[in-house]
Amino acid sequence: MLRDAAVSAVIAFGLFGAMIGLKTEVGVQTIELTPRPYLVLAAVVLVFFGRLALLAWKKSRPAGTPKRGRITAVANKAGRYLTPVVLVLTITLPFYAERYYVDLGVLVLTYVMLGWGLNIVVGLAGLLDLGYVAFYAVGAYSYALIAQNFGLGFWTCLPLAGILAAFWGVLLGFPVLRLRGDYLAIVTLAFGEIIRVVILNWTSLTGGPNGLSGIPRPTLFGLVFNSSGGEGSFAEFFGIEPNISQRGIFLFYVILGLALLTNWVSLRLRRLPLGRAWEALREDEIACRALGIDVTVTKLTAFAMGACFAGFAGAFFATRQAFISPESFTFIESAIVLAIVVLGGLGSQIGVALAAVVMIGGGELFRDFQEYRMLIFGGALVIMMVVRPRGLVSGRTPSVSLGDKRHISADMMTEGHG
Amino acid sequence: MSAVLSLRGVTTFYGAVQALRGVDLDVNAGEIVTLIGANGAGKSTLMMTICGSPRARDGEILHEGTDITTMPTHEIMRRGIAQSPEGRRIFSRMTVYENLLMGAHGKPEASLKNEMEQVFTLFPRLKERLSQRGGTLSGGEQQMLAIGRALMSKPSLLLLDEPSLGLAPLVVKLIFNAIRELNRTTGLTVLLVEQNAFQALRLAHRGYVLVNGAITMAGTGADLLARPEIRAAYLEGGHG
Ligand SMILES: Nc1ncnc2c1ncn2[C@@H]1O[C@H](COP(=O)(O)OP(=O)(O)OP(=O)(O)O)[C@@H](O)[C@H]1O
Ligand SMILES: [Mg+2]
Repeated sequence: MLRDAAVSAVIAFGLFGAMIGLKTEVGVQTIELTPRPYLVLAAVVLVFFGRLALLAWKKSRPAGTPKRGRITAVANKAGRYLTPVVLVLTITLPFYAERYYVDLGVLVLTYVMLGWGLNIVVGLAGLLDLGYVAFYAVGAYSYALIAQNFGLGFWTCLPLAGILAAFWGVLLGFPVLRLRGDYLAIVTLAFGEIIRVVILNWTSLTGGPNGLSGIPRPTLFGLVFNSSGGEGSFAEFFGIEPNISQRGIFLFYVILGLALLTNWVSLRLRRLPLGRAWEALREDEIACRALGIDVTVTKLTAFAMGACFAGFAGAFFATRQAFISPESFTFIESAIVLAIVVLGGLGSQIGVALAAVVMIGGGELFRDFQEYRMLIFGGALVIMMVVRPRGLVSGRTPSVSLGDKRHISADMMTEGHG
Repeated sequence: MSAVLSLRGVTTFYGAVQALRGVDLDVNAGEIVTLIGANGAGKSTLMMTICGSPRARDGEILHEGTDITTMPTHEIMRRGIAQSPEGRRIFSRMTVYENLLMGAHGKPEASLKNEMEQVFTLFPRLKERLSQRGGTLSGGEQQMLAIGRALMSKPSLLLLDEPSLGLAPLVVKLIFNAIRELNRTTGLTVLLVEQNAFQALRLAHRGYVLVNGAITMAGTGADLLARPEIRAAYLEGGHG
């Protein structure tokens, strides 16, 4: 045990020696290296005792405890009561939380929606899509361009943005129909980049790196939200003090509605033959063919559906920010949304929502620790995958229940299958 | 007799590898026809080629007189052909009930009562396990589910690829009895691929022997069973 810990310490020394031990400082003309031996020592000692503690903990636990099963059972049970509680807490959020948290809520809900949208493609249909942000971008730019060039409002543009994004989803779907797994991932990744690069370089239409600004804000049946009140504003109509936080609250409910719509549609689809075909496709494509399922249509609708919701979310993003630029649609966005879906337990709706809260909400709260954010983020992901390799809420609820609604635990399944 | 399915000179390639070399085969209405052959002979390839995936490069496949050689797979399967593919290929995370629904070409649940009942009469075991996940069924139960799933579309021609794979003799008997029963009561036409040559030839009306992608022998089940070269190649040292 001691030897194991010592080995870990040596590895830690090797790793941290250069990383922590040497600090670069920018001098007047040169870059100077300052050695920091004590920090390295501290890190090594930490690793040594940490390893020791971990080993001791492992030893104290009898081998093969059914801990995994218990955690799952508790989590699944909690999951059932969690949903209504989370929903109520979310709906009432603007009544008890400060403006900062409402704005944070808007951000989190945007990712919840993206997560649920991507969940259709990745979680249900099992098509690994690394370029999801492309459709988000298409939605955002569709709204911005239509609104600016044709003077249409948010609510008219929203469906258009969704349809355009779905169209691009199908367009991407065609060339990748025959691809699976890693190959599909690479092509979708490239697709995401292509869209971004096109937006970046098509300056005459999209403004290129400068982006588009002055995107109109959404209205409530024609009532506008602004800080000055005035003719036709929300505050004037209801005879209340104009306050900028009213717009924040309005946006909050808009995205909440959109997210819930996404959730409702995916839950409904799961119960329909189409949704079941998506799941069957994820399980076994050859069996689907042998059963006469039109694999082409099934895949394309999954892409189109997922893309459509990303388009909605993109339009919302554009109207919220009033400004968009290609910087908002980089690969890291796709990665974050995918991480939310995987972390949430592929296919689980509440799991995805929780994962978005943890990843986006958590990430925002850790903003003060700027430098360590990614470290904490990565660490959390690693720990998650060790503790719950199938995501926060793993397991799949049957799409049709026959009297007894039995929950199917993922832990009973063989790993790496299905 | 009218041929439900006829293959004429069907040739299939996987890239440059030729898996079928001009196969001629007929399945008549109400028949059980078995196709036997060694590992790698091309039996599964033949079954999949009938379904259009992979596609035949040469020759033609007729179903009830219509050329289906170049038809999209899902359209072929909608003509009343169903396949229980090799290795069962159950949707392992979905329940037995959902698996059965998948076999019905997306028809609404409510209209499938009769089909469900037919499957349960054939395999009562499935009825007890409706909400169990496919992946947790035993091998025999999975095979029953695979056949049941194929029957959900009310096919007139059932393609079965090695239903006895990895099953205990008693379960094989149960499955084969079910196939015989189905054929006798509903007149379902069956094309059965089997390694288990003895049982398959006893069950089938007629049989074909596939060697290296070509048919080398054909005849009635009893006729093939009696031939010394069949006995030597497929029967000795296994069953008897
Ligand atoms: N997808 C594929 N790509 C390339 N070659 C293949 C493919 N599938 C099968 N083959 C080859 O085609 C030949 C026939 O295979 P097939 O699966 O049809 O044999 P089989 O008679 O069903 O054998 P078994 O009894 O073992 O199931 C084999 O040589 C096999 O290696
Ligand atoms: Mg085979």
